Amino acid sequence: MKPASPWLAGVRDTVPMLVGAAPFGVIFGALAVGAGLSPVATLAMSACVFAGSSQFVAVSLIGAGAALPVIWLTTLVVNLRHALYSASLLPYAQGWPLAARLPLSFWLTDESYAVVEHRLRTGLADGGLAYAFGSSLAMYLNWLAFTAVGVLLGREAPGLADWGLDFAMLATFAAIVAPQLKHRPSLAAAVAASAVALLGHGWPYKLGLMAAAVAGVAAGLAAEAASARKEGAA
Amino acid sequence: MKDALWLIAGMTAVTFLTRASFLVFARTLRFPPAVRRALRYVPVAVLPALVVPMALLPGGAWSPTPANPYLVGTVVAAAVAIRTKKTLLAIVLSFVVYLVWRLLFA
Repeated sequence: MKPASPWLAGVRDTVPMLVGAAPFGVIFGALAVGAGLSPVATLAMSACVFAGSSQFVAVSLIGAGAALPVIWLTTLVVNLRHALYSASLLPYAQGWPLAARLPLSFWLTDESYAVVEHRLRTGLADGGLAYAFGSSLAMYLNWLAFTAVGVLLGREAPGLADWGLDFAMLATFAAIVAPQLKHRPSLAAAVAASAVALLGHGWPYKLGLMAAAVAGVAAGLAAEAASARKEGAA
Repeated sequence: MKDALWLIAGMTAVTFLTRASFLVFARTLRFPPAVRRALRYVPVAVLPALVVPMALLPGGAWSPTPANPYLVGTVVAAAVAIRTKKTLLAIVLSFVVYLVWRLLFA
């Protein structure tokens, strides 16, 4: 197979993420309109905020009649994990101009982060910037398009949110991370993070997720240090 | 809804803030090697932390059983991805299994 341009490679490697995110866009569009947001406002939220999980939380808060500052603050806390992603990409982004880093920050999602970070970490740094743009734009257009589908379908199929389409995201994340767990420190990080995420499941604002991230990173480092000691002793 | 403008403006601002937090400083900020090593574990920590609660606690109810479509589907997605390295195949196959399980047990 002819090697694709980095831009196209970014799009291609993101296709599975598009499939996983599409049903979420549909559900979001349907729920937002159902919660009383106008179709224009629903599309504008997907276009401007572009952060699925916080958009879902916002819609449920709107439905509950929450005040604006509450929704803003909740959005901030739910999106805190993006700061971790931002930090994690920083070492690779040092040669990128600000004019590229700003739009890529705007487009930083769980999905594009997973795809792009993997590419950069595994040493395919060539064309990293174009690759990131390809992945980000694909996610963005996909999210907008499927939000629109949800807005349209929401009126026809009010029970859409109960169809179980939410499994798609689960499948996407599981499929992308499972092959990365072949080394013991990565596995340790995953197990520790999962355990803490289960314990902190009931905590508000997805704070359990942040605690899980910290625990996972710590476990990964500890396992790495332990295996280094073992090799040193051998 | 006039508030929609403020709602979206505020959400856009705080979301961008979290995403740009470190990336805007890429030219001036250098992490020490220990921090860089730690950050390499972010994906393998965060993604399982997103997946595992959704698989084991669908709808908030603890359900570690083979009749739980979310759990079975997730295991299939992970297994197919590990065996074949084909992410899309893993997603499609696991979704089919998930749907069948839903029909059978839900």
